[in-house]
Amino acid sequence: MGMLKQLLGWVDDRFPLTATWKQHLSEYYAPKNFNFWYFFGSLALLVLVLQLVTGIFLTMHYKPDASLNAAGVPVAFASVEYIMRDVNWGWLIRYLHATGASMFFVVVYLHMFRGLIYGSYQKPRELIWIFGCFIYVALMAEAFMGYLLPWGQMSFWGAQVIVNLFTAIPFVGEEIGIWIRGDYVISDATLSRFFAFHVAAVPLVLLGLVVMHLVALHEVGSNNPDGIEIKKKKDPETHIPLDGIPFHPYYTVKDIVGVSVFLIVFSVIMFFTPEMGGYFLEANNFVPADPFKTPEHIAPLWYFTAFYSILRAVPPMFDSQFPGVIAMGMAIVVLFLLPWLDKSPVKSIRYRGPIYKWALTLFIASFLILSYLGTLSTTTERTLVAQVCSVIYFLFFILMPWYTRMDKTKPEPERVTA
Amino acid sequence: MSNNEVNRTRRNLILATSALGGAGMAAAAWPFIASMSPSDKAKGLGAPVEVDISTLEPGAKVVFKWRGQPVWVVYRTKEMLDGLAKVKDKLIDPDSNSSKQPGYAKNVFRATKKRPEILVLVGLCTHLGCSPSDKLKALSDAETGPDWQGGFYCPCHGSRFDLAGRVYKTSPAPINLPVPPYTFLSETRILIGEESKGA
Repeated sequence: MGMLKQLLGWVDDRFPLTATWKQHLSEYYAPKNFNFWYFFGSLALLVLVLQLVTGIFLTMHYKPDASLNAAGVPVAFASVEYIMRDVNWGWLIRYLHATGASMFFVVVYLHMFRGLIYGSYQKPRELIWIFGCFIYVALMAEAFMGYLLPWGQMSFWGAQVIVNLFTAIPFVGEEIGIWIRGDYVISDATLSRFFAFHVAAVPLVLLGLVVMHLVALHEVGSNNPDGIEIKKKKDPETHIPLDGIPFHPYYTVKDIVGVSVFLIVFSVIMFFTPEMGGYFLEANNFVPADPFKTPEHIAPLWYFTAFYSILRAVPPMFDSQFPGVIAMGMAIVVLFLLPWLDKSPVKSIRYRGPIYKWALTLFIASFLILSYLGTLSTTTERTLVAQVCSVIYFLFFILMPWYTRMDKTKPEPERVTA
Repeated sequence: MSNNEVNRTRRNLILATSALGGAGMAAAAWPFIASMSPSDKAKGLGAPVEVDISTLEPGAKVVFKWRGQPVWVVYRTKEMLDGLAKVKDKLIDPDSNSSKQPGYAKNVFRATKKRPEILVLVGLCTHLGCSPSDKLKALSDAETGPDWQGGFYCPCHGSRFDLAGRVYKTSPAPINLPVPPYTFLSETRILIGEESKGA
């Protein structure tokens, strides 16, 4: 024991090991009233690690090559089949990665919803929210580029549609599209660069953002379901918040329960329905990419469909579909502004008035409806519904400065409630 | 106060150094940005292609590859050409004013004067680049809508085009399907991707 302590002392003189442990775990005081909604941050971290590990092992067998092999099948497509059929446990690693991608968005959406209902983006946590939004955007880029890699029909045509969004930019769009693809169409050049971005560039950015997200969080401290600052009531002697408990061991142990339940759900999906009826892996993607034939029905994966619906809901104007692209982009940009749009004196939904509760309900409903419509083909009626929901989506943000001021809030408690 | 006075020489030197450093960074970034543009090899594959349509029957369509994109050649019958006038009111850009085509194809048939029955189109929807499906026959169904005179239907977002690649109103596609530059080398051979002069 003495030896170990000596070694720790030796390290601590050269690297803040014990200090870091204390600052972020054993002496990081989190509010004691965390509930169910507080599982999803740590779960997102878990899925991130899972994606990194499974991804590294997939790169050992995957080949980003669009040329045809001797059997006339694209090499990239064939290498995925090879992973699924011939590589030892390859099917498990690949399904972990594919299911993991969708589950990443499940936990991130629930994590964002938590931030929304408890006002976790409000002062002084604006930067945590902004870093989180950047993480969300990086995740979308990561998921989109990863989906091209199997080089199936949906990979190809999905990438074709998304890259064409950039060609809608007036004047320079065509050139930007060619630059992104490295060719006049989605081709081997595109596949190779998406691979490079997917396995190296974006993960590095993502990791950096996650560190910034956590550093910012630990600087100001966690919010809680009551939306009040626990740092306001400290023990006069120890200066520890009266309603705070050390993250380790209290929340590390609590999170283990969350992890266990999550892994059970994850395993059920992965082992019994890895394609999730076409929502996690689309049937058309088991057909090799064919630049000459668009599948009968193409739709992005479920986590993009709300934005896709907004894109489709905006009709072309001035001989250009750019307005739709702008609307889709704004639907994401507006998330970044949330901390400054909300003028409510309270943070948590528990003390908000009826107007906000209605607005939030309508917003969530419109987001879900948009997501559902995005998986379907368009009809006149569906487009109309999508237009109404798109308007609600934006009004939730645009009118927020007014309705949050008008709303009749309840008084916040002095200390956190049980 | 005098202690805080700015040393102007040093400040200017810092500004100059920063500017030069910034320019250096931009210059260093250029090769990386440029490396993502199509290589000379990819550009070479964008050269014109010569295609043979000797086996193409009236009323049928054949697909060729140019710049990796599908290029359609449709041999339109007389009824098909007559149908083009009937749909004029339903189109976004019936005279192809906002659409892309060589000057010699800017007419109702969107084809050369000599061979109006032969239609050459880039088969990628002007909405988001899906390849529309054939609905060549004048048969109405749920996708084409009523009074269909033949054309194309995009499965991605439901854009509809007539047999000159002109887009119907209420389609998400903003303009007509583009006509690539092409020229007839003989009765049955077409060069796609090259401007014909005065053909």
